[in-house]
Amino acid sequence: MTRKQKRLSIIGGALGFLGFAAALTFYALGQKASYFYMPADLASATLEPGQRIRLGGLVEKGSIVRDGGTEVAFSVTDTENSVKVAYTGILPDLFREEQGVITEGSFGADGVFRADSVLAKHDETYMPREVADGLKEKGLWQQETQ
Amino acid sequence: MVEVGHFALVLAFALALVQSIVPLVGARVGDERMMAVAGPVTMAGFALVALAFVVLMISYARSDFSLVNVWENSHSLKPMLYKITGTWGNHEGSMLLWALILTLFGSLVAVFGANLPASLRATVLAVQGWIGTAFLLFILVTSNPFVRLSPAPIEGRDLNPILQDIGLAIHPPLLYLGYVGFSVCFSFAVAALIDGRIDASWARWVRPWTLAAWAFLTGGVAMGSYWAYYELGWGGFWFWDPVENASFMPWLAGTALLHSAIVMEKRSALKIWTLLLAILTFSLSLLGTFLVRSGVLTSVHAFATDPSRGIFILCILVVFIGGSLALFALRSSTLTAGGIFHPISREGALVLNNLFLTTATATVFVGTLYPLAVEALWGEKISVGEPFFNLTFGPVMVPLLLAVPFGPLLAWKRGDAFAAAQRLMTAFAGAFLAVLVTLLFVDRTAVLASLGVGLSAWLVLGALTDLALKAGFGSVPFSTMLRRLVGLPRSMFGTALAHLGLGLTTLGIVGVMAFETENILAMKPGQTAEISGHVLRFDGIQPVQGPNYTESRARFALLGAGGQVAGEIVSSKRFYPVRQMPTTEAGIRTMGLSQLYVSIGDETSDGSLVVRIWWKPLVTLIWGGALAMMLGGVVSLFDRRLRVGAPSRRQRGLPRGTETVTS
Repeated sequence: MTRKQKRLSIIGGALGFLGFAAALTFYALGQKASYFYMPADLASATLEPGQRIRLGGLVEKGSIVRDGGTEVAFSVTDTENSVKVAYTGILPDLFREEQGVITEGSFGADGVFRADSVLAKHDETYMPREVADGLKEKGLWQQETQ
Repeated sequence: MVEVGHFALVLAFALALVQSIVPLVGARVGDERMMAVAGPVTMAGFALVALAFVVLMISYARSDFSLVNVWENSHSLKPMLYKITGTWGNHEGSMLLWALILTLFGSLVAVFGANLPASLRATVLAVQGWIGTAFLLFILVTSNPFVRLSPAPIEGRDLNPILQDIGLAIHPPLLYLGYVGFSVCFSFAVAALIDGRIDASWARWVRPWTLAAWAFLTGGVAMGSYWAYYELGWGGFWFWDPVENASFMPWLAGTALLHSAIVMEKRSALKIWTLLLAILTFSLSLLGTFLVRSGVLTSVHAFATDPSRGIFILCILVVFIGGSLALFALRSSTLTAGGIFHPISREGALVLNNLFLTTATATVFVGTLYPLAVEALWGEKISVGEPFFNLTFGPVMVPLLLAVPFGPLLAWKRGDAFAAAQRLMTAFAGAFLAVLVTLLFVDRTAVLASLGVGLSAWLVLGALTDLALKAGFGSVPFSTMLRRLVGLPRSMFGTALAHLGLGLTTLGIVGVMAFETENILAMKPGQTAEISGHVLRFDGIQPVQGPNYTESRARFALLGAGGQVAGEIVSSKRFYPVRQMPTTEAGIRTMGLSQLYVSIGDETSDGSLVVRIWWKPLVTLIWGGALAMMLGGVVSLFDRRLRVGAPSRRQRGLPRGTETVTS
């Protein structure tokens, strides 16, 4: 191979690899980026059964039901609509009524959202940013929820 | 007292301005006296920032609530360790630590750089001065830790309980030593661009700094991962959280830089690329600082947020990244490019390493920033999580890991891939055996996992093969081999150790991801639970009063084969009344390389306790491997050829016969 061919083959190989990585990235973004919804967004959303999403909102007051074992049911609300959520496991330390929460999972056939993870990630004002922004958008943001 | 710290900080800012301008002008006009200003001014700046830092630390230790910063983030009942580490457990103090480490590195360059060409040294220190100026101004204008409060409150608002942990003493300083250490590489790169001159000796000067920063960053990232693992109570070691990615991106880019600098030093090639990598690595460190400190992201790292700070850091980011890249675009063409070389060679392998690592960095970059961009541009909220990274980062890293053992075995200039493959036959056979053993004796269905185990074995055995071959294993008597092994340059041990560590980390990740078992159940006192052959008995829960918290401590007995108690695990929940915040203290018992991890939940109405138990096989290897990588970096750093003051490269002191394979 001449010097030029060598150089071209190296550049070609590198570009091919970068192209492969870029294609993977676009594919992954199209497939796997799970979207964030508030309960009110769900009415207008078209979700396929089993599609993974993140559902965020406030834990509705008085909705937490424990079965005496490891299963917990509660509702996530944005004060307009609310969605029933079922979860098995240990809830995060900061999980409590009327506090912001983000759950990840998918809807079952019965319309109950089966969460496999529950995050109460928050800043010092006890409100996940996505949830706070969502509430602000809907004009439901109240200072005292902080 | 406090005002002394404040004054020192202002003075340090003024000195940073002098440091930014005078030596630079001196280097341009060739005035030696102006250039000589750089060293003393840099060291004085460090002393002043250190004074400010110590003053703040003392204010924390004394619980001086007349400082807003102390009042907001401390409490008189807090244990002394957390009072002191609390100095940087908040936005202002954390930025001060950043500035402290920045000026520390500047001073180290001033001290160890005595043999650098005077104009290069002056320019490098001036660039450090620019960074220092920007960040000290940022601290003084938007994040001043010395703001007073009058009247002084009697009690403080306490530190975020999650941060009240020994991890706070280790993770942030290590991470910052890594982040900010790359500023030296950045300054060298910008100085080379300003000088318009770059050669192999530039790489020799930069490599120790890269190694040091990289080793610290490796430790910092690993420590952050372990801290999250035991403190958050979810038992995960990596969440692909944007904040974690923010520290992972400079690590990936820094790893690439570490390798490309070798090519530049040995073969005088890849010069411009190495410069660009040095700039990019520190840019990613700045980006990390921005992501974490601006409040763009919500996490335990983002303390109370303030938009003006975000904009200020964004400006720093734009000026430094934009400026350095513009300078690169303008000046890189004036630098002489290195030669082209044979693809099958040590340098070819290192280029491949760089290609994979930068691509991997790019995938993490996209996954981290794409959601932010989408939100900023279209107002739509998406979250990119683990599935994205498994699909993009994974496929990019696997070929890299496969290629790692080949690299050190290829000769410079023109390697022989076939010969290297022959030498690696033993390692390959060992890896194959590992796959078979995993498949036959652990789990017959776990095909992917056993391949992962094989990959790890390949990396570990490859690293050992490298060392064995360089010591002349098989071709010389054993005693000669030992003598040679001891006489090998430290950087070879460093390389082997780091690559071995990579293998161990991979093994730990594969072990946990594939073979972890988990059991969630409600337990009453006296009940037992079994997980992967280990039996745990719940012995009840008792309240404990800590210094500034109350704790519910659940005790578990680990039962041996005959039912006798073989050990105890304590898992608890704490409640910090000042912040009204609960935390989880997971119960962890290390057994060999694996861990039993117990996390407790709420008590149910009938008096039982929700318990989540994980068996995490080989999990400790994740951090043990990182430690080995860090150690590899440190060992390389002490290679006499790499010493900043190394007089001459000719006296290598190598055993005869190893010349052809030296790295």
